[in-house]
Amino acid sequence: MAVSTAQTTPPRQTSDRAAQLRRRRYAADRRLKFFGLAAIVTAIALLGILLGSLILTGYQAFVQTHVTIEVAIDPELVDRDNPASGNYRAVVADAVQRLFPEADDPAVLQEGSRIVTNGAQVILRNMVVGNPGLVGTTFSLQVPVSDPYDQLTKGVIQRDSPENRRRLNDAQISLYETLEERGLIETRANWALLFNADSRFPELAGLSGAIVGSFYALLVCFLISFPMGIAAAIYLEEFAPKNRWTDIVEVNINNLAAVPSIVFGLLGLAVFIQLFGLPRSAPLVGGMVLSLMTLPTIIIVTRAALKAVPPSIREAALGVGASKHEVILHHVLPLAIPGILTGTIIGLAQALGETAPLLLIGMNAFLTSPPGGIMEPATALPTQIFIWADSPERGFVARTSAAILVLLGFLITMNAIAIYLRARLERRW
Amino acid sequence: MNKFVAVAAVSALAITASAGVAAARDQIRIVGSSTVFPYTQAVVEEFTNMGNAAPVLESTGTGGGMRIFCGGVGVDHPDITGASRPMTQGEYENCVANGVDNVTEVLVGYDGLSIAHSVSGPDLDLTEAQIFQALAAQVEVDGEIVPNPYQNWSEIDPSFPDSPIVVFGPPPTSGTRDAFVELVMHDGCKAFPAIDALEGDARRDVCDRMRTDGPFIEAGENDNLIVQRLQADSNALGIFGYSFLYENQDTLKAVAVNGIEPNEQTIGEGTYPVARPLFFYIKNAHRGVIPGLQEFAEEYVSENSFGPNGYLHERGLITLSDADRETTRATVAEGRHFDRHTN
Repeated sequence: MAVSTAQTTPPRQTSDRAAQLRRRRYAADRRLKFFGLAAIVTAIALLGILLGSLILTGYQAFVQTHVTIEVAIDPELVDRDNPASGNYRAVVADAVQRLFPEADDPAVLQEGSRIVTNGAQVILRNMVVGNPGLVGTTFSLQVPVSDPYDQLTKGVIQRDSPENRRRLNDAQISLYETLEERGLIETRANWALLFNADSRFPELAGLSGAIVGSFYALLVCFLISFPMGIAAAIYLEEFAPKNRWTDIVEVNINNLAAVPSIVFGLLGLAVFIQLFGLPRSAPLVGGMVLSLMTLPTIIIVTRAALKAVPPSIREAALGVGASKHEVILHHVLPLAIPGILTGTIIGLAQALGETAPLLLIGMNAFLTSPPGGIMEPATALPTQIFIWADSPERGFVARTSAAILVLLGFLITMNAIAIYLRARLERRW
Repeated sequence: MNKFVAVAAVSALAITASAGVAAARDQIRIVGSSTVFPYTQAVVEEFTNMGNAAPVLESTGTGGGMRIFCGGVGVDHPDITGASRPMTQGEYENCVANGVDNVTEVLVGYDGLSIAHSVSGPDLDLTEAQIFQALAAQVEVDGEIVPNPYQNWSEIDPSFPDSPIVVFGPPPTSGTRDAFVELVMHDGCKAFPAIDALEGDARRDVCDRMRTDGPFIEAGENDNLIVQRLQADSNALGIFGYSFLYENQDTLKAVAVNGIEPNEQTIGEGTYPVARPLFFYIKNAHRGVIPGLQEFAEEYVSENSFGPNGYLHERGLITLSDADRETTRATVAEGRHFDRHTN
């Protein structure tokens, strides 16, 4: 605007020096604008690189190669009345035999059985236990292929590389190719990633245990820090006298919000586990540690939200004879709730991504089933990522990135809810 | 507002109620070495699939595992710890002091440590003495012990490429580092008369210390990170577990040590010099108290698991000889106590 005005107005009689000064000031404006823009572009580019590399390495984990096998549940191997203890190893061996009808060499069958996931017998057992009517029937079933073959199909293991530089040799690959030619191999969405618990086999490993564990930990964290945070904030904002003691409390709460999370983890280990004797790896302890982190955040946000309620509302309520607790509980707090909720959700989202304190209290265990309650051992999403990142199998490289994307998905959802609540419920005076 | 109070009260009740139930424990708790972790992981999964309560397995590192394991007897303390080296005397004494005075030591198998680099690099064959020269803080030059002067491989031996020494390895907190120092550096320093003549602390000071002037880079506990850095830099070498080399054969190749490349055969026969034993320790006071503990230990040392065709072998464990497997099985069946004071 300023530039165009300067150009369109008829030239006035100004000294060279004034014109020079003006040019310099405009140049400074442009520089400031440029630096700001450059900073934003850099930030967006970095975020793009992060997301791009995650998607690039992680997208393959959202699909999984499956092979169709024909399963006959032989009543001699599986008892209809007690399907849980059947000999499913033999059932799977029989299915592998059907997969390679022309193969009679036991060594070939042995290789063939390695194509089918090691967990096939467990998948079958769970199916039959859920539906004992399957005993005695023959049906076809899609099961995941084991990780090396999955990586082969996805092109991570390249068929044209020299044989000694491949995880699979030529014989193994040609055996697999016979299945591909018969159309038994199919790549489809990998729901196991979300609905299975952890496993040592990448093709079976999933995040459900970690998602449930994170949910329980956040639930405990919310139940502790939300009421406590609000109560503390109400006292500090509405009741506490302004003196040196409340100043000290206030400064300390602000400091607490900046304490590195690993410190809370050490505290949790020393106090909750060693002193109180609570179990290691439990979401209860995880949630308690995380609540120490979110508590100061919630107190600070709640105080800000209470402060934002205009004094006229308090005075009006007091004026019609309301007592202090009626003023707060009936008028001030309900009006402040949108702000409090927004802050709480953002605090919880932070807690969801927290890893260090959970590692210290043992929430990085290997567990093949989701936790059944807050006292049972569990992992959380970030610690699950930590475990997978340390696994040698190729399949876990993609799965680690995919797990990070899932975690980011949850974070974005929580922040979106916070933004929605703020937009819908916030009131302006 | 009353709703919030109700929710809080109910949850507080639920927490105290379930705390009372948790006093007895029906699943096994395992801690310990990150090297033994993948093997124990496999046993845990098999054991659970057989219909048992799922054991809780945590990777804490060998030292960390020993500390928690030796914390005491009772449901609050783990039943088993994995170790990528034998329990030290100090750890044993700590155990005994805390009442953990009946422990069975179980040798499961061997794990190879590989030195590897990118497939695009030149083939390398190093002796332990040359590795020592490349990585030690102090080396012997012309009979004098001096701070390590070598910056290029060609300075150690003219036949090596004229490229800078860059080696990524584990940090001192790692069991892999302990094993590497013991298996490679200790043997390597024997080749130098002036160092070999030293004794006690002075010798340990020279033989144990890795250089900190740049060429040896501590790359953290995560072996996958080392693998990625080797893929990016064809001059760099890395030190990590054999299973990581096995999984990444398309991008990495092994450096032969004393002329021998690591593979299943050379590690199993013991000709490849950088292989270490793996153990787990059982707290005998918990046998018969924690349900399934005995069965779990027996599953671990069953032929189906740690035998030559077992599932641990598929994961990269180098199996014991037939006779040694029998001994291990007998040790587990009897719950034989081992005594570190005697040796």
